[in-house]
Amino acid sequence: MNGVHDLGGMDGFGPVTRENDEPTFHSDWERRVFGMLLATLGQGIYNLDEMRHAIERMSPADYLGSSYYEHWLAGLERILEEKGRLPRAEIEARIRDLASASPPPLAERSNPELAEGLAQAVQVGAPSSRGKGRARFRAGSPVRVRKMNPSGHTRCPRYVRGALGTIERVHEKFVFPDANAHGRGNRPEVLYTVAFEASELWGAEAGGRGKVYVDLWESYLEPARSRKSPQAPSSRDQRELSMTQNPKP
Amino acid sequence: MSDRHDHDGGHHPGPLSPIEARVRAIESLLLERGLVSSDAIDRVVSAYEKDIGPLNGARAVARAWVDPEFKKRLLADATAALRELGIGGLQGEHMVAVENTPQVHNVVVCTLCSCYPWPVLGLPPAWYKSPPYRSRMVKEPRAVLGEFGVNLDPGVEVRVWDSSAEIRYLVLPERPKETEGMSEAALAELVTRDAMIGVSRVAGRR
Repeated sequence: MNGVHDLGGMDGFGPVTRENDEPTFHSDWERRVFGMLLATLGQGIYNLDEMRHAIERMSPADYLGSSYYEHWLAGLERILEEKGRLPRAEIEARIRDLASASPPPLAERSNPELAEGLAQAVQVGAPSSRGKGRARFRAGSPVRVRKMNPSGHTRCPRYVRGALGTIERVHEKFVFPDANAHGRGNRPEVLYTVAFEASELWGAEAGGRGKVYVDLWESYLEPARSRKSPQAPSSRDQRELSMTQNPKP
Repeated sequence: MSDRHDHDGGHHPGPLSPIEARVRAIESLLLERGLVSSDAIDRVVSAYEKDIGPLNGARAVARAWVDPEFKKRLLADATAALRELGIGGLQGEHMVAVENTPQVHNVVVCTLCSCYPWPVLGLPPAWYKSPPYRSRMVKEPRAVLGEFGVNLDPGVEVRVWDSSAEIRYLVLPERPKETEGMSEAALAELVTRDAMIGVSRVAGRR
């Protein structure tokens, strides 16, 4: 989806502000949100692509007006409701119960098996590669990112769509987020690291020598010289012209 | 700032803030449903607060600086090379290391969310997750790097790695010139988180 989360290349956010000696978490509720998300994700109640898509569907104003762990909280609430695990009405009712000068303490519960399993998952990880696949492109091949505007989840950033790049590296097959976020299975596809000249992406505004590398699934890409390119020839010619005006280093 | 007693003892002296109430409500409901447990949450939080952080990445960088064969392996298959040092896990399942040289400067961003190599660097700082960094690094990397104090010669090529999939990137910074003869452990102490993201250089002395 063309969501607010797809920030690459946007202007107007101002300088990057940093905090000295920043703690891992800024308050205890951030710790709890972090832990709850990992625990529910780790049990397979939803997958990572579904969680990312839940966050992307925040209203743009809310997204930009809230912090990282507020994004996680919003995503968690949405996905737990969609999965039928926790209706929002119950959350609101519980919040009303807690609205007092001295709210009741949290009744803790232990589950050593869950704690151990989660600690293991942190150590081992959850690979999303699915073995070697037959790759359509080779390292060095010119490719063009498809013009695409899916309304669902995708990991193809807007700023590379339609752009001409070069395959930098061919990876194994990886779980395809565009399907996995929507209950359509893993649908593994070969993943590529694609190199884009800064001038190809940003035109004259690109300052100095540079490249941007983006990891893209095979179905996001098409051969650069294909006659069946869905893009209008005129705009493609313009792009290629701009490439020749900005010689590669 | 609140501390662990907010959660552990429930001895919060006053009313909860709106976000604290919201999180407490959800946690209590998930605990009742058996979908989370207090010890599971505590354990992962503790892992990222105490054990998993940039010291891991620094160890790998220092090893690469002193051991050319390890460096080769790191650049060829970072996931396997890091495993040799016992480093790996969640959000580091598919690692790629990119090397800074006098001619090439690498820097890492995630424009779509905040993907970050947790096993080598821990959890990301707020600025890495912020809209200014995510929006600008791909479009005007030299300007952003300048704000971080890295002013690159126009002849240096900037390579920005947007972690849009499940590959996670580690920048192998340049070893400072004045560090000949230093031990691997001493070198590791020089290596900062920011240098491994690519927004800083490693200084010879700290």
